[in-house]
Amino acid sequence: MSYEMVCGIETHIELSTATKIFCGCSTAFGGAPNTHCCPICTGQPGALPTLNEKVVEYAITAGLATNCKINAVTHLDRKNYCYPDLPKAYQISQYDKPLCEHGYIALDSGKKIGITRIHIEEDAGKLMHEGGFTFIDYNRGGVPLIEIVSEPDISSPEEAREYAEKLRLIMRAVGVSDCRMQEGSMRCDVNISLKEKGSGAFGTRTEIKNMNSLSHMVKALEYEYSRQEDILKSGGKVEQATLRFDERTGETYVMRTKEDAQDYRYFPEPDLLTVVIPQEKIDSLKAALPELPDARYKRYTRDLGINPHSARLIYAYSNVCAFIDGVIALGGGVKNTVNLTVGTIFSTLPSEGDKEEFAIKVTAGEMAKLVKLLDGGFINVTMAQKTLASMLAEGKAVEAYISQSDTAKVDEGELEKICADALKANPKVKEDFKAGKEKAIFALFGYVKKQTGGRADMRKAEEILRKLLSE
Amino acid sequence: MKSVLLPLASALRSGEITSVSLTEKYIARIEEKNPQINAFIHNCFDYALESAERADKLIKGGNAPILAGIPFGIKDNICTKGLPTTCCSRILENFKPIYDAAAWEKLKAAGAVLLGKTNMDEFAMGSTGERSVYGPCVNPLNGEKVTGGSSGGSAAAVCARMAPYAIGSDTGGSVRQPASFCGVVGFKPSYGAVSRYGLIAYGSSLDCIGTLTSSVSDAAIVFDGIRGRDDRDRTSIPSPTGKKELKGDIKGLKIGVAEELFEGCSSEVADAVKEAVKLYESAGAKIIKMSIPALTLALPAYYIIACAEASSNLGRYDGIRYGYRASGYSGVDDMVIKTRSQGFGDEVKKRIMLGTYVLSSGYFDAYYKKACIVRNNIKAELEKVFGQCDVLFAPTAPKTAFPRGYASTNPLETYSADMCTVPVNIAGLSAISIPCGADKEGMPIGLQIIGARGADLTVLDCAYFAERENAFAHCDKGEDDYEL
Repeated sequence: MSYEMVCGIETHIELSTATKIFCGCSTAFGGAPNTHCCPICTGQPGALPTLNEKVVEYAITAGLATNCKINAVTHLDRKNYCYPDLPKAYQISQYDKPLCEHGYIALDSGKKIGITRIHIEEDAGKLMHEGGFTFIDYNRGGVPLIEIVSEPDISSPEEAREYAEKLRLIMRAVGVSDCRMQEGSMRCDVNISLKEKGSGAFGTRTEIKNMNSLSHMVKALEYEYSRQEDILKSGGKVEQATLRFDERTGETYVMRTKEDAQDYRYFPEPDLLTVVIPQEKIDSLKAALPELPDARYKRYTRDLGINPHSARLIYAYSNVCAFIDGVIALGGGVKNTVNLTVGTIFSTLPSEGDKEEFAIKVTAGEMAKLVKLLDGGFINVTMAQKTLASMLAEGKAVEAYISQSDTAKVDEGELEKICADALKANPKVKEDFKAGKEKAIFALFGYVKKQTGGRADMRKAEEILRKLLSE
Repeated sequence: MKSVLLPLASALRSGEITSVSLTEKYIARIEEKNPQINAFIHNCFDYALESAERADKLIKGGNAPILAGIPFGIKDNICTKGLPTTCCSRILENFKPIYDAAAWEKLKAAGAVLLGKTNMDEFAMGSTGERSVYGPCVNPLNGEKVTGGSSGGSAAAVCARMAPYAIGSDTGGSVRQPASFCGVVGFKPSYGAVSRYGLIAYGSSLDCIGTLTSSVSDAAIVFDGIRGRDDRDRTSIPSPTGKKELKGDIKGLKIGVAEELFEGCSSEVADAVKEAVKLYESAGAKIIKMSIPALTLALPAYYIIACAEASSNLGRYDGIRYGYRASGYSGVDDMVIKTRSQGFGDEVKKRIMLGTYVLSSGYFDAYYKKACIVRNNIKAELEKVFGQCDVLFAPTAPKTAFPRGYASTNPLETYSADMCTVPVNIAGLSAISIPCGADKEGMPIGLQIIGARGADLTVLDCAYFAERENAFAHCDKGEDDYEL
C-alpha cells in the first residue's frame, strides 16, 4: 500500500500596524515588559475594545493579494478559554464570518493551494518562566494577527515549504507584515494526514503546533509522515491529536488528544459593532496593491532579461526592487544596475533584515548617474564598484568621486595615436605577442592608462592595440 | 416627586450654602443612617471634601455646570480610579481601578462631589440588593423589606436622603426595580446613550448606566451630565440633550398598554398602574390597548443572553492580575479554581455555569441562538409598537418590595419579577420608573414608562407630567425631615 500526504497549514501573521487591534498601544517588538499596555489590552474590568480600522485594511490587502473574496459585512466573535497570557479569558477573533475567504496561492508548478479563510484576531501575552516563577508580559497582548487557513491541498513537505515561502513573500511585498519567524511574527500550525494513493478518503489527521522556522516545518512533516505511515502499514490507527515538534530530537510529541479538545464557546462580540466595508474601500485597496513577487520575477527575467540567478537574489525584497526599478527608469542599464546592486550594495547588507529594510545612503538618482557612466564606458567596472562603495559609506554624490576630467572621454583618434605610441615605446611587445605571449599586451594597457589618466575606454583600446599588434 | 437638584444648584450659586457645607451635611447623614441601611459600602469623605472645595471655587468663578458642588453616590461596578470598585464581590476585594469610567469622568469634570460607592447585588446579578459581600442593603422605608436590586444601594441612598442622587446600572431592571421598591425615580436611558466604558460588564449587550433621583427633573439633569457618544464604547450612540426644558406636555400623546406586561402582577400593583393610565387619559393622552405576544418569551431570552455574556465577561477574574487570590494552591490551574470557587458568590456561580452551558457546543443552537432569534422578534415587534404609540405604560415590578430573605427560598419567583423590566433591555429601549402608589403596607408601587431606543426625552417628558401635576403626591415616601 502506498500513501499520499494531505496537508493544510494555518499561518498566524502579526500585522505591522503601528498600534494594537483594540487600543492605541504600540505594537513595537522588544519593549521592556508591560510597557506597551493599557486598561484595554490588559483586560481591566470595564474596559472596552475599539477596532483599529488599519487592521481591517491590512487584512483585506492580505486577502486581495491571495485572491480572496472579501466579506463586506462581517463581525468579531469571542473565543473563550482560560490561560494566564489571555487577560480577558477570551480572545476576540472571528468565527463564522471571516473577513476573507476562498483564495489561493499558486506554486511554481502551477498548482494552486486553496486558502479557506483569513480572519483577524488579537495576539496573547507571553509567559516567561524564571527562577521558579512565571512572569507575564502583556506587550504582545492585543497585537493584531491574521490567521490564514489553507485548504488541505499540500501533498509534500516541499510544497508546504513553497506555500509558506510564497505566503511570506506576498505578505512582505504588500507590506502587511515583516513575517519574521524567529521573532514570532509568522507562525505555522500544520495539519497532516495520509490517504491511500488514488483514494478519495482522508485519514485521521494530527496537528503540529507553532512551527517557528520553515526547515523545522519540513522536518516535522517528514517525521510525522513516516510516523503515520508506519502506524498505517502495521495495521494501526492514527489517533487525532495536537502535537509539538521538538527541534532537538526531530520528533513530534502529543500535547493533547481529541478527548481534551477545548470548547471555545464562540459567540458574537457584543462590545463591537458589525463591520461593514464599503465596496469603494475594497476597490481602492485593490488598486493600491503593489506588484506581487511572482509577477515581479517574471517581469525581471522575461521582460528585462535579468538572469534567473540574480533575479532570485532581488525579487523578494520590495525596497531593493523599487530601487532597481528606479535606477532603470532613470536610464541605468539593467545588467550593470543589477550587478552593482547584488555585488557592491548587498555586500554592505549582510542580513535578510538589512536587505528588506534597504536603508542605504545612495539614491536611485545617484546610482543611475554612476551606472550610466559605466554603461557608456566612461569608467570601468572596478572604478564603478570602488566609487559605489565610497558613496555607500559616505553618502556623497557621484561627482565627489569622479570629476569631469576623469570622464572626459579620450576620442578615438587620440586613442589610436596613443596606442601607436605605446607600441613604439615598447618595441619588444610586438615580437613577444606574435610569438604567442598573449600577456605581453598588458604592458601596452599600462602605457595607455598612464597616458590617458585612466580615462580611456579600455575595451576600445584593446581593440586598437590588437589590430596594431597583428599587423 | 420634587426636584432636589434645582434648589441645591441655586442655593450654591446664591451663596446660601457652599459645597463644603452641603457635603458635610450629607456625610453626617450617611454616618447617621448608613449603619442601619448599608447603602454605602466604600466612603471617600476626605476626597469628597477636597472636591467640594474645588467645586466652591468653580461655582464662584461662574458658569459652573449644574451638578457642580452637589454630592452623589455611584454604584460599586463603575470604575473610579484609585477608589475601591469591587462589584460587591470578594473576587474584586481591594480592587482599585487604574482608570475612570466615562460616566464618572464626566461628572468629575462637571465638579460633582463623590461621597462613595453604593451597595449592590454581586456583579449586578440579583433583584433584592441582598447578594453583596458587604451584607444586604435594607429598604429605608421598612427595615423588613429589601431595596430591590441590583442598584439597591443607589436607590436606598436617594430614598434615605444620604445623597441627592446616585448612579446605578440596569441590565434587566436593576435601576428601575429598586427605584420602584424604594419609592424613588429610576431612569434607564436607551442602550448606548451613556458610555459603558468603565462599567464592569455583566451582560454587555444589555448593560446600561442609569440614574436614581428624587424627581424626573433631577433624572433629566443627571442624564444630561453623563450621556453622550463615546469613541471608547463602540455601542454608544448620540442622544439629544436633556437640557431641553421638560414640559410635561401629554396632550395627544399615544400611550400603549400591553396586557402581557401585567401578567403575574398583584392586584394592588395592577390597579395603581391602571389608575395612572386613567389619570393620563383624563389629561388628554390617548390610550391604546394592545397585545405583544413576543414579550412572553423575553424573560427566558434575557436569562440566556445575560448569563452567556456574563460567563465570558467574568472569565477574567482568575486571581492573576488583580483582586482576590486564594492561598494554598498548587500550580496555576489550582490557583484559578480555588480563587474563583472562593471569590464568587453562589448566584454568580450559578449564572456563570448557566451561561457556559448555553454557549457550549451541542447546546448553542438550542439555547443561545434561539434566544437571539427571540430577541430579534421582540425588537421587531416593539419597533412596530412604537409606530403605533409614543410610550408604553406598565408596572415596574409585579409586586412591591419582597420581605428580606424571601429571594433565597423563592428563586424562580424572584427571577420572574424581572418580567416587566427585561423587555426594555432586550430591545435597548429607554424607560423610567416613578412612584405612582402604595400597597396596603405603605410600600411604593412603580409606574414604568417605556419609550423607543433614542426616545429618552419623550419618556422623561411624559413622566414629568406627573411631577408637574403633583399627580401621585399621596404616595411620596421621601422623608419630610429633609432640609439643607
